[in-house]
Amino acid sequence: MSEAINIHSGAAGHAVHHDDHGHGHPEQSFISKYIFSMDHKTIGKQFLITGIVWAIIGGLFSVLFRLQLGFPDQSFPILETFFGHWAKGGQIQPEFYYGLVTIHGTVLVFFVLTAGLSGTFANLLIPLQIGARDMASPFLNMLSYWFFFIASIIMLSSIFVHTGPASGGWTMYPPLSALRQAGDGQKIGTDLWLIAMALFIVSSLLGGLNYISTILNMRTKGMSMTRLPLPVWAMFFTAVLGVLSFPVLLSGAILLIFDRNLGTSFYLSDIVINGEILPNEGGSAILYQHLFWFLGHPEVYIILLPAMGMVSEILSVNARKPIFGYMAMLGSMFSIAVLAFLVWAHHMFVTGLNPFLGSVFVLLTLLIAVPSAIKVFNWLTTLWRGNIRFTPAALFAIGFVSLFISGGLTGIFLGNSTIDIHLHDTMFVVAHFHIVMGVASFFGMFAGVYHWFPKMFGRYLNNTLGYLHFWVTMVGAYLIFWPMHYQGLAGMPRRYLDKRGWVSFNQFADLDKMITVVSIIVFAVQLMFVFNFFYSIFKGRKVTSQNPWGANTLEWTTKIKPGHGNWDGEIPEVHRWPYDYAKDGREFIPQTEPVGANESKH
Amino acid sequence: MQTFFIVAILALGFLITFQIAKASEYVAVLRGYERSRLQSNRINGFLLLAFLVIGLVGVFYCNERLKGKILGVPASDHGVLVDRMLYVTLGITFFVFVLTQIGLFWFSYKYQEKENQKPFYFPHNNKLELIWTVIPAITLTVLVGFGIFYWFKITGTAPKNAMRVEVTGKQFGWEFRYPGKDGVLGKKYFKNVNPAANNPAGQIWDDPANYDDVFVEQEMHLVVNKPVQLVIGAKDVIHDVGLAHFRMKMDAVPGTPTTMWFTPTYTTRQMREKTGNPDFVYEISCDQMCGKGHWSMRGLIVVETQAEFDAWMASKKPQYLVANPGKDPAVKTDTLSAAAPVTGAVIR
Repeated sequence: MSEAINIHSGAAGHAVHHDDHGHGHPEQSFISKYIFSMDHKTIGKQFLITGIVWAIIGGLFSVLFRLQLGFPDQSFPILETFFGHWAKGGQIQPEFYYGLVTIHGTVLVFFVLTAGLSGTFANLLIPLQIGARDMASPFLNMLSYWFFFIASIIMLSSIFVHTGPASGGWTMYPPLSALRQAGDGQKIGTDLWLIAMALFIVSSLLGGLNYISTILNMRTKGMSMTRLPLPVWAMFFTAVLGVLSFPVLLSGAILLIFDRNLGTSFYLSDIVINGEILPNEGGSAILYQHLFWFLGHPEVYIILLPAMGMVSEILSVNARKPIFGYMAMLGSMFSIAVLAFLVWAHHMFVTGLNPFLGSVFVLLTLLIAVPSAIKVFNWLTTLWRGNIRFTPAALFAIGFVSLFISGGLTGIFLGNSTIDIHLHDTMFVVAHFHIVMGVASFFGMFAGVYHWFPKMFGRYLNNTLGYLHFWVTMVGAYLIFWPMHYQGLAGMPRRYLDKRGWVSFNQFADLDKMITVVSIIVFAVQLMFVFNFFYSIFKGRKVTSQNPWGANTLEWTTKIKPGHGNWDGEIPEVHRWPYDYAKDGREFIPQTEPVGANESKH
Repeated sequence: MQTFFIVAILALGFLITFQIAKASEYVAVLRGYERSRLQSNRINGFLLLAFLVIGLVGVFYCNERLKGKILGVPASDHGVLVDRMLYVTLGITFFVFVLTQIGLFWFSYKYQEKENQKPFYFPHNNKLELIWTVIPAITLTVLVGFGIFYWFKITGTAPKNAMRVEVTGKQFGWEFRYPGKDGVLGKKYFKNVNPAANNPAGQIWDDPANYDDVFVEQEMHLVVNKPVQLVIGAKDVIHDVGLAHFRMKMDAVPGTPTTMWFTPTYTTRQMREKTGNPDFVYEISCDQMCGKGHWSMRGLIVVETQAEFDAWMASKKPQYLVANPGKDPAVKTDTLSAAAPVTGAVIR
């Protein structure tokens, strides 16, 4: 522990004894360097690798339930070998199917795209880009990861219990999730799910508070708020959203735990289940939905904003041109962050919500399309008249914009309550949110990994595999999710594992087959990326220059493999905004360079 | 065995890809990294353009293939409004979609890295930014206006002459209650639910309004061109009454009744002709995750003429008389068991 305090004081008190930093540092043991590390870079990598593991599990689950959707009449004996009675006769059983979709959703939304995305890049980029030696509290930062880790273990364990994991859908609506009698997945699996989520929320609050205080207090000299790179701004808004909304989900989850275990009636009223009349009266099942979506909608932006921030940075660096409309980008992120709190009930248009209230939410929801449109036009203008290098990171960033457009536009359908009546809870919704927040955020994350991998590990990822990864994923994403909109337009409800018994929804059998085959291919290519990732950590092409992308931001002023504390000497001073590319005939001007006497103004 | 081969082929393909990728890296280093970087830049620039063209063609192809399988005619008055709103939105968003995607990929292709190309220092432009703030804002205002106008029409009060039907969801089936001649649904209380005593809806027999209420399961009958208001509830968990052909949907929440109303405009028979499908039926799909049988929670609606409906209704006995056979003038003595009707016929 004394060592930990040393590191901490070394990080915070850099002004006092920066000279001995990197040299006089006591040799760290394996455990304090790689496991209970307080170095923000290592914690970022821990989040990333845990996120990758979860992404493989969540992705594999989607392949399994896609098998059922694409080939409902076929039996896959290998499934029975692995999953026993869950896949009796090689056919995925309904309880198993719903367990799979529930864990797939939970894991990808929270464990991968929240912890794995903002956990990784907030940790890695905030101190490096604002010019700080570490987070405001490296210890809380470490705790944040380990709470996430414990949450992961508990969530993972729920997959192995006899009655199976939680299976009420990732939204976990009561009364279904509150009643053990309602099904196998509502037994111990749901308790484990709730405990894991509660711990996850603790982790994300610890992280978020840390990010906010670091950004506000620990910027280096000259780094005013309007000189912050856009990823840092994005992480800032993300953290604020998380800190304000996650506690509401926590309260929702705790009330649900009470209803399940202590006999309270927060969400329960008038229930007769399997012939059993329950005593609960006076609760409201809809209350939970308000609490859930008060987080649930900001959560979408918690996932999306970091991706937007990184994409802005990567597009600018690789177009060799400043990001267009820096202040407009800030303004739109700010208005997205504010509006994110005012639109949650658009998930509840058909719950019997007061129609007038519904109309207010229509207005606010469609309003959020304005800042989104501004961002898209700004990205397009950033590319316009650039000199674009198509690194894998840049391609993923371009792919992000394409997917964000496609998925964002379908949001205009769903945010309009009139159309939502028809499309609510159909495959259209599934297509919409997978494109706009699932795949798009993944693209942002991939872009970030390819772009900052050299900073993380001092090596490059293999480019050829990177290009292959991008193209297969890009084409695959559209092949999988574009036609799904049509299923939704036909009114096909989501979470239907077999449509053959229906007259209205049985016309898409071929389509479902095609989607399944493509999703298997896309999943295989993601595994290839994971291989590339781990292989390149050890065997990748070495980075030889300090600033391989010719970027302006501070992380590229550190050593190729910076130690704990990031800069050997003093932390550099900042003199300008981070997007002086192509200015006055110079390719790029790092933030650390003082403004010249004859430099043109912008 | 088949699985083994698939896994083996995948592994082999993977290995080959990886070796090629590794080799290309060595080649790049040997030939000079800069040169091969520029080459791959050209290839990717071209692919982005190709993706745009093939993608747009694909969008049209997909539409050709699938447009016959969606929507069909809306079978209710509200459905017409929903469809109109949908196609207006589709028109606007599709225009924006094509415009921005072309912009994105065309700029990427056109401004790919070239030897003598100088990027343009263009950090902001107030006029442009104003334009693309104001235009989306105006467009969205129009969509919001239309949307809210239709929304209030659809969710407004039901007409006075609307017939009422109570719909109750349970794991995993549907129950319906008709108010009978008095047009009033009798009171009910969930603790009275007792299928064994022929009271599956939990009706309070002391309420005279209950005397003529008719209870049926799985199949609801409606009258064409007559507005209907559904009073929706659930027994156990949240369900959702999804009526794809009427373009209507409303959650069924235990403890909190909801309502929705619409006017069916085609009988089941007419829809069979319109769709050319002799097996066509109106289906009720549960649209809210409700447990392991969610995907099979199917109910039926028969839309028919008033005469057909009256005949059907006449064949039904009020639940009050089923549960209290002593009160039934038609049943004198020992025909109790013959009168026990519909129970638990849930389709899976």
